[in-house]
Amino acid sequence: MEKLRYERPVVKKLNTGMMNKFGTRTEYNPVTHIDGVAVKELIGKYGSPLFVISERTIRQTYQDCKRAFTNRYPRVQMAWSYKTNYINAVCNVFHQEGSWAEVVSGFEYNKALQNGVPGNKIIFNGPDKTDKDLLLAIEHNSLIHIDHLDELYRLMEITKEVNKRPRVAIRVNMDTGVYPMWDRFGFNYETGQAWDAINKIILNDQMDLVGLHCHIGTFMLTANAYAIAASKLADLAYHIHAKFNKKITYIDLGGGFASKNTLRGSYLQGNVSSPSFDDYAEAICSALLNAEYSKQELPLLILETGRALIDDAGSLCGTVLANKRLSDGRRATIMDFGVNILFTSFWYEHKLSPAQEFSHYTEDGVVYGPLCMNIDVIRESITLPPMKKGDNVVVHSVGAYNMTQWMQFIAMRPNVVMIDMDSKVHLIRNKETLEYINNIEEMPGYLKEFKI
Amino acid sequence: MKIKKNIAISESGFIFNPTTGDSFSTNPIGFEIIHLLREEKDKEAIKQSILSRYAVDESTFEKDFYDFSTLLQNSQIAED
Repeated sequence: MEKLRYERPVVKKLNTGMMNKFGTRTEYNPVTHIDGVAVKELIGKYGSPLFVISERTIRQTYQDCKRAFTNRYPRVQMAWSYKTNYINAVCNVFHQEGSWAEVVSGFEYNKALQNGVPGNKIIFNGPDKTDKDLLLAIEHNSLIHIDHLDELYRLMEITKEVNKRPRVAIRVNMDTGVYPMWDRFGFNYETGQAWDAINKIILNDQMDLVGLHCHIGTFMLTANAYAIAASKLADLAYHIHAKFNKKITYIDLGGGFASKNTLRGSYLQGNVSSPSFDDYAEAICSALLNAEYSKQELPLLILETGRALIDDAGSLCGTVLANKRLSDGRRATIMDFGVNILFTSFWYEHKLSPAQEFSHYTEDGVVYGPLCMNIDVIRESITLPPMKKGDNVVVHSVGAYNMTQWMQFIAMRPNVVMIDMDSKVHLIRNKETLEYINNIEEMPGYLKEFKI
Repeated sequence: MKIKKNIAISESGFIFNPTTGDSFSTNPIGFEIIHLLREEKDKEAIKQSILSRYAVDESTFEKDFYDFSTLLQNSQIAED
């Protein structure tokens, strides 16, 4: 006779009508497959934990976003934000869809070049560009977004030395009604810093000021802030034309669109509180169309959105290492993935689904990672069905920032696979090994031997 | 360990403690264990009963039974 499916016995106190920090049950069905591939099969072949990228979700999300803008505005260009996820296979899916590259360091710049992105389709942002980086960007005719006066003056010196005329934009920071204001990057609009920089660039006549850039914040929960930013940049472009008869060919509104993840402490779930691509597009495109441009003069709208394009395409598959009961009665589940590879658990309440069948009984508990560090908490309070050692889970929407901000700390970084449009699995980043880590260390000769 | 005499348990796994006024719910296997405890079965008999019918190994059930017993006592559903 076949034995019955076992589930850990649980008893749960009922608190009818009372609020609690664990919230209501959110998991009703197991997530046994990702894009048609069994989670257990993935873990069996590539190990646990394992990052899984869905190519289908990337392309679909990208197309949804692009369509929201192109339906409203005639000239739109996306630029893939490398820092959000610069695994080459991920970048190339975006490049195949038509994205340029948006980079913020020499390392990222060279990654984009090696991926085959033409230099004139690389946007170079950020406060840290070395002389070598600037020379490389000038050589490849990239769009250099100037962040501060020191960079502007250095770029003037370099252009004189190499006798080339780079294409540049300035990053502008501004008050869009969202606080804290991101005024650490770029030149301020309200205090006139932006105009000072523009005057210097145009009067110096060594570079072509072709664009204006801003990036007003991250995980922006109000689309209206973008409308304010777009209006202010359009106004600046209009007055540059009026004053210098100089046409600004593009306006780059940066990134910062919120994904559907739920921020820690948020009352509403992310899929309710985050604006849609249509909300952002309506705000931005209306502001540009209402600015003082004729139809023929509309500038190219560049968008560098990263998080909202890749978050949903990434999943983290993991395994339960152990269960224990805390002194206050809460159930604690220890997973084989920690904050070292799931950095975003510091600011998101990640949705976590069991990858095998379960009953409708749940327990309130906390989910920990495997690190021997008190900070290694994946979810402070979560209601989950009983799971046992060896059970698998899927953490949803982890595609943004985790595969760039992850750390080799206590444990090493795991494999990353991509499931293609035909549900075929490709290894796109190998897990780290001890040899890989040791390879970049050096041991002074006198420390090679010891007796204990 | 035995279940307190005044504890009311419904067929659906709803548990009521009239002394404290607290109510609880348990899953089918928890319900089954509580019934076995009510019949004054000891730990070994409960283990054999569960292992014979459910797909679980001995060490997993022992860990879970230990945790469940502690919960029952802390919830004042059971006593030594």
